[in-house]
Amino acid sequence: MDARRESEPTPVKNRTTVERRSEREFVVTRTFNGPARLVFEAWTKPELLKLWWAPKSTGMSLLSCEADVRVGGSYRFVFGHDASKTMAFFGRYIEVIPHSRLVWTNEEGDRGEAITTVTFEEKGGRTLLVLHELHPSKEALDDAIASGEGLRETFEQLDELLVTLGASR
Amino acid sequence: MAQYASARLDASFAALSDATRRGVLEQLGRADGSITDLAEKFHMTLTGMKKHVGVLEQAGLVTTEKVGRVRTCKLGLRRLEEETAWIERYRQLWASRFDELDKVVDELKRREKVDGRKKRK
Repeated sequence: MDARRESEPTPVKNRTTVERRSEREFVVTRTFNGPARLVFEAWTKPELLKLWWAPKSTGMSLLSCEADVRVGGSYRFVFGHDASKTMAFFGRYIEVIPHSRLVWTNEEGDRGEAITTVTFEEKGGRTLLVLHELHPSKEALDDAIASGEGLRETFEQLDELLVTLGASR
Repeated sequence: MAQYASARLDASFAALSDATRRGVLEQLGRADGSITDLAEKFHMTLTGMKKHVGVLEQAGLVTTEKVGRVRTCKLGLRRLEEETAWIERYRQLWASRFDELDKVVDELKRREKVDGRKKRK
């Protein structure tokens, strides 16, 4: 049975949704075709995080990725096109519940800490992942959006690439 | 410039956080309408609807024009498109991350299966 399943074509990708819940919050949701313990593992081992956090299609790469995933442990992700132009994201883990919940602070902003909560909910061998981002104020989220605007060029490259990829499928 | 753009985005998000206002946008997407039409459709007082339209107008999501005694509302499309574009770019970042994460999870599942077989031997 397993052998047959493996030979089937890759299933259609699950949909990622993003919703703004309030002036301070964003929620991202996605289902994964695997048990919560494995999805959780991919979020908590730096050598695995490295494989997916900076997708090639964004044109950015993860120059370094340190994550000490336990309560009070810290993380630091450094992104960049090359070592001369980098951007660091860092903070600490404030809640770590194996296979179900991860909470960390985002301390790179100068308007206070944003809190990211990720929950993993397993149902029938699949895992619903909900990522909730809470910013300290609406001004802080405005900043995040503005810096997102700064990434516009990068995202536009991504748009083009996605179109190309979509067309070749 | 970035500050200006983000202030506008913020106004748009706040405007969109209300179900009635989202309904008004949908309705105006189908046809322009007066405040009176909208108030009737949404079973609201004129004053209540004026308030909602005011919020949408400030966010640039709706434009209004007064002809005689009737104020006609229509979609201010461009801003809505900008708003959607930002969310879509953010979504695409996560979607591309998660597509890579799918591969990691598949690999972990495969490894687990192999390890499971080894253990049973």
